[in-house]
Amino acid sequence: MSTESTIWKVLEEVKDPEVPVLSVVDLGIIRDVKQTENGAEITITPTYSGCPAMDVIAMQIRMVLAGHGYAPVTIRTVLSPAWTTEWMTETGKEKLLAYGIAPPNPKQQVCTPDFFQQEEAVQCPHCRSFHTRRISEFGSTACKALYQCEDCKEPFDYFKCH
Amino acid sequence: MFHLTLHLADDALIIGHRNSEWTGHGPNLEQDIAISNIALDQIGQARNFYQYAAELCNNNREAYTKFISSPAFHQVSGPIDEDDLAYLRDAMEFRNHLLAELKKGDWAVTITRQFFISLYQQLLYTDLQYSADKRLAAIAEKSLKEVNYHVRWSGEWVIRLGDGTEESHRRMETAIDQLWPYVGELFVPADFQLEAAASGLLKNPEYYRQPWLEKTGAAFEQAGLMLPAPNWYQKGGKQGIHTEHLGHLLAEMQYLQRSHPGAQW
Ligand SMILES: [Zn+2]
Repeated sequence: MSTESTIWKVLEEVKDPEVPVLSVVDLGIIRDVKQTENGAEITITPTYSGCPAMDVIAMQIRMVLAGHGYAPVTIRTVLSPAWTTEWMTETGKEKLLAYGIAPPNPKQQVCTPDFFQQEEAVQCPHCRSFHTRRISEFGSTACKALYQCEDCKEPFDYFKCH
Repeated sequence: MFHLTLHLADDALIIGHRNSEWTGHGPNLEQDIAISNIALDQIGQARNFYQYAAELCNNNREAYTKFISSPAFHQVSGPIDEDDLAYLRDAMEFRNHLLAELKKGDWAVTITRQFFISLYQQLLYTDLQYSADKRLAAIAEKSLKEVNYHVRWSGEWVIRLGDGTEESHRRMETAIDQLWPYVGELFVPADFQLEAAASGLLKNPEYYRQPWLEKTGAAFEQAGLMLPAPNWYQKGGKQGIHTEHLGHLLAEMQYLQRSHPGAQW
């Protein structure tokens, strides 16, 4: 038996190459899933316009679905509505936290164009303290910032709001 | 619509390419990453516009590509794609603003140019999100979030440098003097912009002059910098009359595709 919910399950095997604990479903970039006769039609949306991971993700979706016998696999890309970190699932946020990355804050503060904003209050993923400070606007990848906890002294990545 | 889309794509690609020249040469590692990421955003935005331009082009290839003289472009068999539009046109077939193609200069020039262009794009994309053309609207919506960040980042630098040391302030003044003659072109409509305005796709860029001056003036005030008086301006980019700098940029950017057609990265 093969239904659309089966395809959603299969897609959970496709991980974000930059944050391998997150599946593309957790990330919220799968916008639509359709079962065709023997194949599947998947609609995805990019995180950032120039995100280098998107091509890899599209290829992996094809491979994983082909591995489960879906053919042909069509992948459509849509730009609107634009992806936001709000689409990350709660499971996704929990996985990030467990992995030691602070999940995006629900409020979209950094996306406004005001100059010299107050730094976002980010909770330490290790000891949960709010006494943290930003060390660099960029962490291990463009979508993360590097923070350090003033209490447990651990540095950590924060998945920035977008 | 094809020419408008191509113009939006060219602006994003050329400024993105200029910014990518900083990769590995930023003033420090963090800013190196920042400007490289901005370049990545811009090239991504350019790809979205080029993909749409290519689709439009394939619907009416003969009429739309008459202005393109490059033989390499016309030798493309099968449908035109984004790479053909980016790599197989000559300088006079590009429709970007002159401001985008000027050399990257020092950090003050790069910052000031980025601030000028990002502010313009912010005004433009905010409206384009509601365009009657749904594809352009979607690209604008996606790009706007990134452009908002570019405005904030470059604006903070304008203030930091203007309000910084004597040397950084002096460099900002020099950068503004150098770039100012190229600002006027942003607000003078080309034929394709007039047509787009007439068919309800977006506003005549004239409408953005006042808000742009106000926003720039507000940032300059915080930076202790003077807004120059409106003066004569250079134009021609949107008509394909470019500075020598674009030719050099394209020679470098297009080299691989031109010497190895269809090369994959
Ligand atoms: Zn801690």
